[in-house]
Amino acid sequence: MVTGAGVISSIGKDKETLWDNIVHCRPGIGPYTTVDSTAIRFKNGAEVKDYDPAVYFEPKDLDMADRFAQFAIIAAREAVKQSGIEITPELQQRSAVICGTSIGGVVAQEKAYIDLYKEHKTRVHPLSIPRTMPNSAASLVSMEFGIHGPVFTISTACASSNHAIGNAFWLVRNGICDMALAGGSETPFTYTFLKSWEAIRVVAPDTCRPFSKDRQGMILGEGGAMLVLETLESAQARGATILAEIAGFGMSSDASHITKPDQLGAERALRMALTDGGIAPEEVDYINAHGTGTSVNDSMEIGAVKNVFGEHAYKLAISSTKSLHGHILGGTSAVEAVVTVLAIQHGVLPPTANFNEQDPDCDLDVVPNASRPKDINVALSNSFAFGGLNAVVAFRKFKA
Amino acid sequence: MAGEVFAKIVELISTKKGVPADSVTIDSSFESLGMDSLDAVELVSDLEEVFNVNIPNAELHHFKTIRQAVDGLEKAIAQ
Repeated sequence: MVTGAGVISSIGKDKETLWDNIVHCRPGIGPYTTVDSTAIRFKNGAEVKDYDPAVYFEPKDLDMADRFAQFAIIAAREAVKQSGIEITPELQQRSAVICGTSIGGVVAQEKAYIDLYKEHKTRVHPLSIPRTMPNSAASLVSMEFGIHGPVFTISTACASSNHAIGNAFWLVRNGICDMALAGGSETPFTYTFLKSWEAIRVVAPDTCRPFSKDRQGMILGEGGAMLVLETLESAQARGATILAEIAGFGMSSDASHITKPDQLGAERALRMALTDGGIAPEEVDYINAHGTGTSVNDSMEIGAVKNVFGEHAYKLAISSTKSLHGHILGGTSAVEAVVTVLAIQHGVLPPTANFNEQDPDCDLDVVPNASRPKDINVALSNSFAFGGLNAVVAFRKFKA
Repeated sequence: MAGEVFAKIVELISTKKGVPADSVTIDSSFESLGMDSLDAVELVSDLEEVFNVNIPNAELHHFKTIRQAVDGLEKAIAQ
């Protein structure tokens, strides 16, 4: 059961603000400011606005936590606080923290590059290793809450957080843990990393228009999100508000191409999530798509959904909220998990923003440009990552 | 200039991808040369550097043949 959710993103530094911007279809995409864009072909991104680390952390805590770890901690704090869970010494032994990230402490890494190669310094900051290591977010979250159970990081590019959430779900469902904090974060705005994305030629020059005929690629975003997962018994025993249930989880590998997605791989992950959750395809009301806005992914994803769901594909809704919060890479499916939980909780379909014209290859209900009410009983959240790694999480509305 | 662009394409494909130079013709598709979309991105990026031009992503992703790449580069060079 999901009893807590926390998030920090370009469309809100907390869950309520994020949801308000989702419902009113207000994208957080615009010119990025933390990196000089002069020599970069694309100028837009989805940065967290007006972020002051000092609001959240003491100076000594910031010493250890690079930006991506800060976002994971902030999201975890909101999730735990909202859940109302008391993390007792006993629960600390029986809890897990699993975080997803694709590149970890890249802001600190960039600082080290600049120090050595540009400034010609003879040393880097002594805490460069703890700051850059991708597991630092999970470690710092476990330290924040004194969690002693399984704590680790999963790095599977854009599917990282879905892999984290899905594996945390299995740990709790299988009785290995009583509680898990699961999610992820990413902070891609460094000159080196942005130039790397420029080079692979998939970032849009304007904005992210998933499923639209005139889409030109993705928009990078930053942020983080975490869920509190616990057993039904635990949640009910303490009278917790259950936001949603995680019902199933599916994974697959394309084993095909290092960047180009294979529809069969996506179909495998979708089917596995349904099977794992005992979900009939006709039960699915909404899919939070991977929907990056690239020509290749979006048509592939719609093709996969059509094959898995048959005629029902034309009855469900599928939207991409990357059009609002950007593609947060290893953290994106954590933010999308929070969005999906909120969608179920509030009975509202999140929109696909910036949509201009239907692509005949994407002719499903993509909820263009406006959210709308819908009783959502079962929803999926898709991730189809570079490297051909796929992960799908199935959520169900909890009915007491 | 058309000859120069084509010659550079042949050189890059043969040296970097191991494709025999005489199998690269103006009418070859990337697919027939065993090149996928990533190979095409790499090739066009190298050509941009050699000829000091920028090819927009939307245009690059439509290059499926050597001829399209040559035409695209020539157009950019002429601008």
